[in-house]
Amino acid sequence: MVKLPIYMDNHATTPVDPRVLDAMMPYLTNQFGNAASRNHQFGWEAEQAVEQGRKQIADLIGADPREIVITSGATESDNLAVKGVAWMYREKGDHIITCVTEHKAILDTCKHLEKDGYRITFLPVDNKGLVDLDDLRKAITDKTILISIMTANNEVGVVQDIKEIGKIARERGVLFHTDAVQAAGKIPFNVNEMNVDIASLSAHKFYGPKGVGALYVRRRNPRVLLTPIIDGGGHERGMRSGTLNVPGIVGLGKAAQIAREELQKESAELFRLREKLRTTLERELDEVYINGDLVKRLPGNLNMSFAYVEGESLLMGINDIAVSSGSACTSASLEPSYVLKALGVGEDLAHTSIRFGIGRFNTEEEVDYVAGRVIEVVRRLRDLSPLYEMAKEGIDLKSVHWATEG
Amino acid sequence: MAYSDKVIDHYNNPRNVGALSKEDPTVGTGLVGAPECGDVMKLQIKVNEQTQVIEDAKFKTFGCGSAIASSSLATEWVKGKTLAEALSIKNTDIVKELSLPPVKIHCSVLAEDAIKAAITDWKKKHDDNGK
Ligand SMILES: Cc1ncc(COP(=O)(O)O)c(C=O)c1O
Repeated sequence: MVKLPIYMDNHATTPVDPRVLDAMMPYLTNQFGNAASRNHQFGWEAEQAVEQGRKQIADLIGADPREIVITSGATESDNLAVKGVAWMYREKGDHIITCVTEHKAILDTCKHLEKDGYRITFLPVDNKGLVDLDDLRKAITDKTILISIMTANNEVGVVQDIKEIGKIARERGVLFHTDAVQAAGKIPFNVNEMNVDIASLSAHKFYGPKGVGALYVRRRNPRVLLTPIIDGGGHERGMRSGTLNVPGIVGLGKAAQIAREELQKESAELFRLREKLRTTLERELDEVYINGDLVKRLPGNLNMSFAYVEGESLLMGINDIAVSSGSACTSASLEPSYVLKALGVGEDLAHTSIRFGIGRFNTEEEVDYVAGRVIEVVRRLRDLSPLYEMAKEGIDLKSVHWATEG
Repeated sequence: MAYSDKVIDHYNNPRNVGALSKEDPTVGTGLVGAPECGDVMKLQIKVNEQTQVIEDAKFKTFGCGSAIASSSLATEWVKGKTLAEALSIKNTDIVKELSLPPVKIHCSVLAEDAIKAAITDWKKKHDDNGK
């Protein structure tokens, strides 16, 4: 028997790996020193732990430990990257290129800068969720100071061609930042192979604790400078002041080490489970649609629309399973997902979408259970759906004049 | 979001799910909402022509749990009522009965609209027949 409820929302957050917690415990108890205390053992121990964590993070992404700036998480990392470049390179230019499917931490930061007089290009994506590299090339001007394109999307799991984007940025002498929050530890990610200058990471997305993250900031070829958004004691090479979160950094480091060591095996297993879930659902149910490119995709992500079944009612039927929906009813804004909209998914189908995020601790048994429950509830709700009935009668739903439209 | 016990009950055991023949002159059909908005309700009533009493009601709903519960409750309430009585059902009655939170009030409005639309459809058929 599977243990309920089942957590399958690993893009929202992941549980802390017990090995990570074990590594952190001493720093939450006896070894509580401040890493900036240079004159006693408590401080030295803390500093040593921080430097080890920094190295583990650097190793995960092929960086030098000196290139890792510790933050409170990826929202801060994204803010520091974009605002930090914008403020530092204001003399050089005022133009930033990003993309419509970015996380709000990027989009809202860019909108903020737009109000301050910067010019922002929000590149569209195609119906697979991918940025067109020619669009990117054409958008670059001599005033462009930053390109910020995420590696993997948090809703549809689509992975951009980061290596090529990095190459284009490098050729044109523009700095390149990527929000690698969903990618780091899940797929191979190397800042040198991919020509990345700045990258955001968050511990809680790869089995570390919440409230700690990192920003990779390249030191050479090119050397990236950032204006800090938090001023104070000059920690983290002046880029991010504040007493270091030692247990958090230890956890982030340990999580990075585990992710690096197990990435190959784990991603193959997640891919196998994801494909089992996908093929089972596609075999048993008609009119289901995958949102986003199926190949250029995180191994553990499945984002699927179940036509004629509203997402929130589906979630209610599978309430022993934690997944998320692109339906408006589940969000405060009453608007369906802007990411699905950007992919050209119609609002009718956006309302029927479910995001499954399979993670390290999900089992095959759980995947089978989830597939079975989803199939059962979708069938039940379709029996209840006037839209399914009309579609089966051969009525084209697009041609119906819906009363509330007028 | 937490659902009230009544919403959960209607969601798990919806009353009067199904369809009546749209062509039947004693049947009125209301179809309200839009797929783009995430809610569509179809509510049908079968009316006794002499007494104007609603003898049967069926529904199908595409929408969240509160939308399903609102329309399920609406079919329960209209059954056995005259058209005039059914027209007096207010969305606020549904909100109260199901303890709907403010963000779900539109579901009750839609259910009220569905009742009205079904009655209008029935009346239209009868005006036409009378001529
Ligand atoms: C792609 C992406 N960027 C940024 C964030 C924000 O990360 P954090 O929760 O560490 O602030 C998230 C997570 O919500 C994310 O998925």
